[in-house]
Amino acid sequence: MSQMIKVAITVNGQHTTAMVEPRTLLVQYLRDNLNLTATNVGCDTSSCGACTVHLNGEAVKSCTILAVQADGENVTTVEGLANGNEMHPMQQAFMANHGLQCGYCTPGMVMAAISLVKDIPNPTEEDVRIGLEGNLCRCTGYHNIVQSVLAYAEGK
Amino acid sequence: MSVKTRTRRDILGTSALRPDAVPKVQGKFAFSSDLWAENMLWGATLRSPHAYARIVSIDTTAAWKIDGVECVLTHEDVPGKPTYGLIASDQPVLARDFVRYMGEPVVLVAGDHPETCRRALAAIKVEYEVLEPLVDPEKSIDLSVPPIHPDGNLIRRQQIIRGDQSLIGEVVVEGNYELGMQDQAFLGTEAALALPDPGGTGVELYVATQWLHEDRGQIAACLNLPEDKVRLVLGGVGGAFGAREDISLQVHSCLLALRTSRPVKMQYSRQESFFGHVHRHPARIWMRHHATKDGRLLRVEARVVMDGGAYASTSSAVLINAVTHVQGPYKCEHATVDGYAVRTNNPPCGAMRGFGVVQACFAHEGQMDKLALACGISPVDIRLINAMETGDRLITGQTILNSAPVAQCIRETAEIPMPPNMTNDTDVLAIPGGSGLTATPSKIRRGIGWGVSIKNLMYSEGFDDFSTARCTVEDGRVSLKFATSEVGQGFVTLAPQIARTVLGLDEVFIETIDTGIGSAGSTSASRQTWMSGGAVNGACKLVATNIIAEVAKMRGLDPSTLQIQGTDIVDLSGNAVESVVAATKGKRFSETYEFHHQPTGELDENGQGDCHTAFAFVAHRAVVDVDPDLGLVKVVQIATAQDVGRVLNPLSLLGQVEGGIAQGLGLAVMEEIIVENGRVRNPSFTDYLLPTALDAPDVIARYVEVPDPYAPLGAKGVGEPPCISVTPAIVAAIRDATGVDLLRVPVRPQDICL
Ligand code: FES
Ligand code: FES
Repeated sequence: MSQMIKVAITVNGQHTTAMVEPRTLLVQYLRDNLNLTATNVGCDTSSCGACTVHLNGEAVKSCTILAVQADGENVTTVEGLANGNEMHPMQQAFMANHGLQCGYCTPGMVMAAISLVKDIPNPTEEDVRIGLEGNLCRCTGYHNIVQSVLAYAEGK
Repeated sequence: MSVKTRTRRDILGTSALRPDAVPKVQGKFAFSSDLWAENMLWGATLRSPHAYARIVSIDTTAAWKIDGVECVLTHEDVPGKPTYGLIASDQPVLARDFVRYMGEPVVLVAGDHPETCRRALAAIKVEYEVLEPLVDPEKSIDLSVPPIHPDGNLIRRQQIIRGDQSLIGEVVVEGNYELGMQDQAFLGTEAALALPDPGGTGVELYVATQWLHEDRGQIAACLNLPEDKVRLVLGGVGGAFGAREDISLQVHSCLLALRTSRPVKMQYSRQESFFGHVHRHPARIWMRHHATKDGRLLRVEARVVMDGGAYASTSSAVLINAVTHVQGPYKCEHATVDGYAVRTNNPPCGAMRGFGVVQACFAHEGQMDKLALACGISPVDIRLINAMETGDRLITGQTILNSAPVAQCIRETAEIPMPPNMTNDTDVLAIPGGSGLTATPSKIRRGIGWGVSIKNLMYSEGFDDFSTARCTVEDGRVSLKFATSEVGQGFVTLAPQIARTVLGLDEVFIETIDTGIGSAGSTSASRQTWMSGGAVNGACKLVATNIIAEVAKMRGLDPSTLQIQGTDIVDLSGNAVESVVAATKGKRFSETYEFHHQPTGELDENGQGDCHTAFAFVAHRAVVDVDPDLGLVKVVQIATAQDVGRVLNPLSLLGQVEGGIAQGLGLAVMEEIIVENGRVRNPSFTDYLLPTALDAPDVIARYVEVPDPYAPLGAKGVGEPPCISVTPAIVAAIRDATGVDLLRVPVRPQDICL
């Protein structure tokens, strides 16, 4: 067993800390240490984007980052988006535009989409497609996801 | 009193939203992979590294000694039936004397952590005598290789012989078509949590599956437990597409839980998932079409070979779908068809969206284009001339009794405007090669192609297909109980829509989806809207009758003069007697209903018989841009008109159409499990490519609404048709753009540019 390292990560505004193995991925830290299971794992090769979270406000695939790299940083998962009982408008947009079927890609999509619209406040359809290219969805064919993101950007 | 005319929300025909969208967008929805129990162990599987080998010995001693390992199981530890399988029980729970495909399960371990399990798997010694794998399906047909399984190398042969066997058309075209192996690639991999009953007398399994009751039967047999001691609860399902119809980790997780008397969770990685479920059958199909010189189809000859891989799964049913659909949605009187589903040492194949018809359609649509060319008529006209109608006979002799608006689907598709031509300011990302800037825009060639298909709905060949639902109304609230797997398709949206419409009540709840009620059958074969929709509709109608009877009794009215309209119970003149909410205040009504579809029969040795129960049709037109230098393809637009019977939820329907089209596009130009001498070469999402948001084409969909007389809600299943004829349409468009006679999918760059 390799040496354990202490990490302290602010997750959804809460201070969290744990002893982890150096190889622990951020997604494992979230799911296994903190029991925040919204962030999904869909692949072993950083290809699917189901694990997308925000690290200091930027979308990252949490399976490509070690927990120790997030030490001292701010992480937001889809569980941390709502403002009290009020869902984030991106979450509402996905609901209202049928931007999901099985929903496995959804947490990652929502996180990637928020970061996308932050970078490009008035995206075109093409911008959205390019921005979400790293997030796979096997159910929807993407159209309703793209519509959800455009609806959110318009309604902002 | 004036009659209230308020538009009700979320009834049939509206775009009611998914009730599970709320937890799903918030990350509160528990997928099977999220399940957890106190004191839980992890299970893991040791798989065969060989496509074909004899097991000489298995030594698990070292694994048992690892700290944290609680249990190591081999075939000797299976207490009941040693095999399982959907149609034939031919697949060992754990391999005994032979392994027959790469990835076949051999040993199970349970430990306190996934890492412990991984170390335990590494410590197990299995000695193999490696054998030469049988990988050529033709060798399974000609019986030139000794059987690789006690059941033999031929899973099923079915011929269809109809009409004049020596008829030669004025025009004759033929082709050899081939399809690669596609993966369902649901995003949420296989996962389950098994909870043993105290004393090991039973087990409860939370699992992502398409058919709870079928799983239960197979699990109980292998565990040697009565079925009522095995309870299944649907765990959150991250997509299915056929890959969850067969057993994967169900029996394994229960075995480990019962043996250790502790909860056991199993979950496959993406790589393991590629080995953990069946795939779409690769196929080789030869077809020869005979027609009059003005393009009327007279006779189809076909030879269909489907590689079922090492175990039978649903291969025999997939074969029947393929051979009975070779004519496509076209009138045809004479047929000579020979079909084989065979066993090899390739990965096992079974259900995937389209189920055998995808393969047949790729070939028959290629043939229709060849016929059009030979007769000098357009791809649209050749299809219109031959379009099937209600009352026509299939090559099985079965008469189509369903609505069959084939010509209408084609015409409506043809009316959809074409996408604009590429111009100088077309975004580089929209042309083949995208941001790689590899294409010279002036060299890009555009092509247009067509595909039309017929798909059987629900189960065939005499299977007693049914679904069960219970409706309970209490105090103005409805609760619905069924075992219908929600895999993302949206039955949890539809069922409350039905209840609201029938009962006039707005508040509807869905009870836990589990085996605590009769079977719903599988979420497959485009069947749940028809079957479970029929069951929910039936149960709600029985309850509605009871409510009306009660109101009539209380008020001394004749129940036959009352009905539910909107949210009220009204009399013959349409005046509200009482609201349904008020009528059910303080009362409880509950009814269970079992829905069966019209019975089907078997095929005889000449492939004659009414083996299917219903059909749906769809047309696709594809527009593609191709860079002929590099062989790269961009699918620009898919236009489609689909025979849906009746639109029950427009938004949900569009989701099925667009999702299906993306999967059909995947098969056309990118997706293939590459198998070399029985070895899978690309079990990951970096090497098995799925369509992304940039690959998904513009989709313009129209719906042809001719209510089906046999469908309980008038609506046909819509899940499979979108992914069937879109594949040949895209390939036809690439042929149109390049002039290359492409006969294999997926079309690879080297197929186009060399
Ligand atoms: S789990 Fe697939 S990209 Fe992270
Ligand atoms: S909704 Fe199923 S993967 Fe996107």
